[in-house]
Amino acid sequence: MDICRMTALELGKKIRQREVSVTEAVKAFLARMEAAEPKIHSFVTVDREGALKRAREVQKGIDEGRFTGPLAGVPAAVKDNMCTKGLLTTCSSKILGNFTPTFTAEAVQNLEKAGAVIIGKTNMDEFAMGSTTETSYFGVTRNPWNLEHVPGGSSGGSCAAVAAEECPFALGSDTGGSIRQPSSFCGVVGLKPTYGTVSRYGLIAYGSSLDQIGPVARNVSDCAAVLETIASYDKKDSTSIRREDYAFTGALACDVKGMRIGIPTDYFGEGLDGEVREHIRSAVKMLEEKGALVEEFDLSLVQYAIPAYYVIASAEASSNLSRFDGVKYGYRTESFEGLHNMYKKTRSEGFGAEVKRRIMLGSFVLSSGYYDAYYLKALRTKALIKEAFDRAFERYDVIAAPAAPTTAPKLGKSLSDPLKMYLGDIYTVSVNLAGLPGITVPVGKDKKGLPIGMQLIGNCFEEKKIIRAAYAYEQTRAYESPEICRDLRHGLAGEEKAGKGGDEYGKAV
Amino acid sequence: MANRISDETIEYVGILAKLELSGEEKENARSDMEKMLDYIDTLNELDTTGVEPMSHVFPLNNVFREDVVVNGDGSKDALYNAPYVKDQGFKVPKTIG
Repeated sequence: MDICRMTALELGKKIRQREVSVTEAVKAFLARMEAAEPKIHSFVTVDREGALKRAREVQKGIDEGRFTGPLAGVPAAVKDNMCTKGLLTTCSSKILGNFTPTFTAEAVQNLEKAGAVIIGKTNMDEFAMGSTTETSYFGVTRNPWNLEHVPGGSSGGSCAAVAAEECPFALGSDTGGSIRQPSSFCGVVGLKPTYGTVSRYGLIAYGSSLDQIGPVARNVSDCAAVLETIASYDKKDSTSIRREDYAFTGALACDVKGMRIGIPTDYFGEGLDGEVREHIRSAVKMLEEKGALVEEFDLSLVQYAIPAYYVIASAEASSNLSRFDGVKYGYRTESFEGLHNMYKKTRSEGFGAEVKRRIMLGSFVLSSGYYDAYYLKALRTKALIKEAFDRAFERYDVIAAPAAPTTAPKLGKSLSDPLKMYLGDIYTVSVNLAGLPGITVPVGKDKKGLPIGMQLIGNCFEEKKIIRAAYAYEQTRAYESPEICRDLRHGLAGEEKAGKGGDEYGKAV
Repeated sequence: MANRISDETIEYVGILAKLELSGEEKENARSDMEKMLDYIDTLNELDTTGVEPMSHVFPLNNVFREDVVVNGDGSKDALYNAPYVKDQGFKVPKTIG
């Protein structure tokens, strides 16, 4: 029985049936992390002691009937921009390199209430600004499918960890594609919910009007179950929405008969890699064979999504990140002359290049004289993009598209040309601008052996439709894990025997 | 239309952003910003006359509640991560000469 290969729901079931103890499960993943981390580096922090302690508490809770849900006892990883009480939360930035929150993010707390065990905090682009996880202050994360390639970003650590079986599922956050794009690059399933569905309380803000927390897992069922657990109305988040129906797992049915699927032709034009195009087309065909009604249409305005997004996200970031000034938390510069010099030196030393670039752009577009021309113009464009989606969803239940124009690029190839990197977000950012839910499912690999993901986009509050379509597609294709998992499994076989009952393996890395 | 960012503008934005940039960083910031603004200017192709700026996709209303204290003394937590603390407060450099 290989615990690390199980999906979250499979493992949860084994735990409830007492076939696997929570401690056994946690130890199995800690051991896997120890083997995988030197190669992949998905994590900023591994909470070995905390996880083992929590495992005993959760086991007790299960035995006493306090934890009965599907995720009770299941280990989980959390992106390092969600606050976890008593556990380092860095946003992969030097400026928060020593930050230990005194409270826990609502979404993480919802997981804990369900009995999940947090085993570590995953690497990300600094403050979630980036598409490769290369802007992390703590070093890059590598793609488990090919260690020379990036995992995508900004939730690259979460997606790599799930792909490398270092955890059955993880939480990510998505401001412009940061769950859907790395899920595509790592061959896993990632879901960005409708804006307002998961509380942002305790999520360190990047672009507040766009940020959403969502699940990353190895199949659609796990994603639906995790979303069901983390979604809640939260009065601590003023943009939280009270939804009527949180039973997302109810949509797990292989039934797309009569479902209207729209293919935006403007998402399949210039810039899209030929192999990615072919795989998405044939995945859509599978859904058509299952009874979906597929039609092409013009979404329009696609080329305006990225400029509008970078204005809005940078503007919000420049405001949100003004709180990091060396006074209340985080890094403070060593030597300075007076208060303002302390602020400036602290921020200049504490933030990386990409974060500074966006703070500068954001400060500029919000400055007097440019506010109308740039910021308000972007907000007007956003309104038009939302209208374009509204029109599309009058005719379609689901929009099918690529998640990214290419498969994962090689390490070191993206950061030198920021504008080019931003263009890679073309299929994901408009979903955030319009507040829509989107899910990525793996549909194949290119000739280099790198995964390709299909993005399914739904209207606001219609997660169930994209979950149903994704689930139906998933039934046509067996989950494939990267080759490195086989090596890691073999590498572990001896250790597991030797360490049985002991505590000596799985130390923090 | 190529955007040109003047030295004064870069200085001014640096002040707004509270960032102290080195000479090289300033040059990079200028060239990055010029390129981005050229790209962002494509938005001008769009006629947005009469379109209301949309800050949030859903109508946001004020959320009111009774003014009842629900939390206790949080001062310990608030100061827990402070780089410098003095007399139960955040310690900062002298601000008034």
